[in-house]
Amino acid sequence: MNHLIPEFDYQKVIIDPWTSEFEFSIWIIVMGALVGSACGIIGNYLLLRRMALIGDAISHSILPGLVVAFIIFKSMSTLVMFLGALVAGVVTVVLISFIEKRSRVKSDAATCVVFTVLFALGVVITQLLAAGGSIHIDAECILYGEIAFVALEPIVEFAGIALAPAPVLRIAGVTVVSLLLVMAFYKELLITSFDTGLSKSMGLRTSAWHYGLMIALSLVVVSAFEAVGAIMVVAMLIVPPMFAAQLSTQLPTRIMLTLFHAVVASIGGYHLSVWLNCSVAGAMVVFGSLMFIAVWIYSILISKIRKVA
Amino acid sequence: MNRSRHSLAIIQLLVITLILAGTAHAARISEITETSIGEQALRFFTFQDRSLRYALLGSLLLGISCGLMGVFLVVKRLSLMSDALSHAVLPGIAFGYLWNMTRDPIAIFIGATVCGLLGSGVVQTIRNTTKQKEDAALGFVLSAFFAVGVCLLTMIQNLPGGNKSGLDQFMFGQIAAIGKTDLYLLGGVTFLVVALVVIFYKELRATSFDSAFSRSVGIPSSFFHYLLMLLLAFAIVSALQAVGVVLVSAMLVIPAAAAFLLTDRFATMLVISAVFGMTTGSIGSFLSFVGRDLPTGPLMVLTAGTFFATALFFGPKHGIVARWWGRRSRALIVRRENALKSLYRVMENDDFQRDFIIVEEIATQRSETIEEVSKSARTLQKAKLIKISHDKKNLTFTATGWRRACEIVRNHRLWELYLTRAADFAVDHVHDGAEEIEHVLGEDIIRKIESELNHAKLDPHGKAIPGWEDISAPYTTPSSPTAS
Repeated sequence: MNHLIPEFDYQKVIIDPWTSEFEFSIWIIVMGALVGSACGIIGNYLLLRRMALIGDAISHSILPGLVVAFIIFKSMSTLVMFLGALVAGVVTVVLISFIEKRSRVKSDAATCVVFTVLFALGVVITQLLAAGGSIHIDAECILYGEIAFVALEPIVEFAGIALAPAPVLRIAGVTVVSLLLVMAFYKELLITSFDTGLSKSMGLRTSAWHYGLMIALSLVVVSAFEAVGAIMVVAMLIVPPMFAAQLSTQLPTRIMLTLFHAVVASIGGYHLSVWLNCSVAGAMVVFGSLMFIAVWIYSILISKIRKVA
Repeated sequence: MNRSRHSLAIIQLLVITLILAGTAHAARISEITETSIGEQALRFFTFQDRSLRYALLGSLLLGISCGLMGVFLVVKRLSLMSDALSHAVLPGIAFGYLWNMTRDPIAIFIGATVCGLLGSGVVQTIRNTTKQKEDAALGFVLSAFFAVGVCLLTMIQNLPGGNKSGLDQFMFGQIAAIGKTDLYLLGGVTFLVVALVVIFYKELRATSFDSAFSRSVGIPSSFFHYLLMLLLAFAIVSALQAVGVVLVSAMLVIPAAAAFLLTDRFATMLVISAVFGMTTGSIGSFLSFVGRDLPTGPLMVLTAGTFFATALFFGPKHGIVARWWGRRSRALIVRRENALKSLYRVMENDDFQRDFIIVEEIATQRSETIEEVSKSARTLQKAKLIKISHDKKNLTFTATGWRRACEIVRNHRLWELYLTRAADFAVDHVHDGAEEIEHVLGEDIIRKIESELNHAKLDPHGKAIPGWEDISAPYTTPSSPTAS
């Protein structure tokens, strides 16, 4: 028990990541911040639509999509992975709504049935493939990813300029694209999230926007998958928007707060993981959750004070 | 099914499993040496290994407790709660391990249960003190607790000896690693679940379906809610070794959801769900045993998923195929009855002067071609409702056909009259409603409507309502309905 929590070494925990270890740690921090941002932007809309757990479902069912895409195309390129994730995401949503509409099983049970079965399928196929020696994905990587590997990836060069490791570039692209999409379709997303009646009367196709959001979600999740794994991606989707929702009711402000949360949680989580010598992604989520708990307690105190005053 | 019969069924299940428990003796799965798949299967079915009996017994017990608890989750729409709780127990497993640095099932059980209850407490607190919705609260507990657990597990792996802790088996489960204490825990939890479900069957059923009602009859529904949460935490934690953190919610929800598709009775649903749980549990552990490296949890879930899909499509009453078939045959009946009705109208237009109907007249009245009319006439003839003359120009009703035609017309016109008189509908607004309900009105309701309307003879449009005399009159020489 004594050895569990290492001594807090100020030099090693706070200074080194920004000096001697900078080359290594910066990419992990950037990756964490980008994963949090991309997931958080989409997560804001999931929260508004009360679909936080659809994020959970899709993050699990991405796995069979990736594995099947790998088997079909014999490649693990970005395009193949995105394709697999996209198909898996759509299949999940379609299956859930099929069960919900065509049987008496309610949406919560339908969600649970669909994603657990798909995830189990993915795990079994992965294990069979691993036994056959064609790919090696271990169970832990599926569940909580390994963000630290990002720093070991070769840095992609473009026109002679060293840019960043490939996963970082990928998630950066996804973050920028989702930010642009959210800005371009701000009004439509807002209305379809809040008021299906109004949006139908304005000629917006709510189900098309729903599926669009689900596709964006699948792409975000797959690019975050290798860094944070199937389960902690849920935290990346939900915790930053929850943090933001405690502080603001305005959607643009919330999105800004989400980005702020993602960056701070990534930096804080990295330091935490260096100190405790534990999973980086896990520490980032723990730090982010602590941030939420802080604003939660703050808002409880504020309302108590207001009551007294 | 009454309470005692239902209790009996569950107790029988329990006794069977306990008999099996008596035959199980101590042995570790590690004693099993490498063998081929065929030999493995042989060993499974001949129960040579005691460790195998452990695994099988474990999966049966697990199937019962998870199956029973799952029913409440599905009915109370708490499926995702179980998902959140099962992930939230992970730090508890780590703390249980840290207690004395071994994988002591009791310590892990206590740690995980405490963590699960803490998780459900946090969900409740978030809902009570913030504007966050339930799904967000569940997602937060699921992922934040899990992250704490992951941090702790990775920290444990850095400890001396931590690498061999075997805690990673808790992710996807490995039933082969199940030990004697695990079995006792599983048995204890299963016994507790079965006992409490049998004792509090009525109360649990009432609170599951209608908590407002159960409060009004004096059942403390929040007490039973927390009791369920406690049992749920027990069921999840005891199943961890076999199924793993990630998929234990599937073992809770899928058998129950499949049972939900097969029955309308709560007690039957409990029994079916427990049986499904046991079956999927043992098939899953068989597959895991045969395919050496495969984790048990996913295999059980895939088996359960197959059961669910079968129930979803081929369930006798609520299955998709059965519903589709039912809709189709209903549509067929409605079409047939509408055809009979229009034949009746053709006869009525002639004031029932003839006892046969000319095909051409039907075609003119329905604006259809002769071929179309003959085609629908053939289906009616096949159903023995009409007869087609040899030259195919005339139709006559059979006795059943005439009766059904009269009934449909009567239903239609009575309903129209009822709507105009009792519900104050305008005369020109009643046709569409009557057009749909005429096919489903039963004799009891017709009797009621008739007496309500003082056995009126004319519908709002002034047409005669075929009376009992017309319907029961043998169709040899159809006279005109008495009122016309």
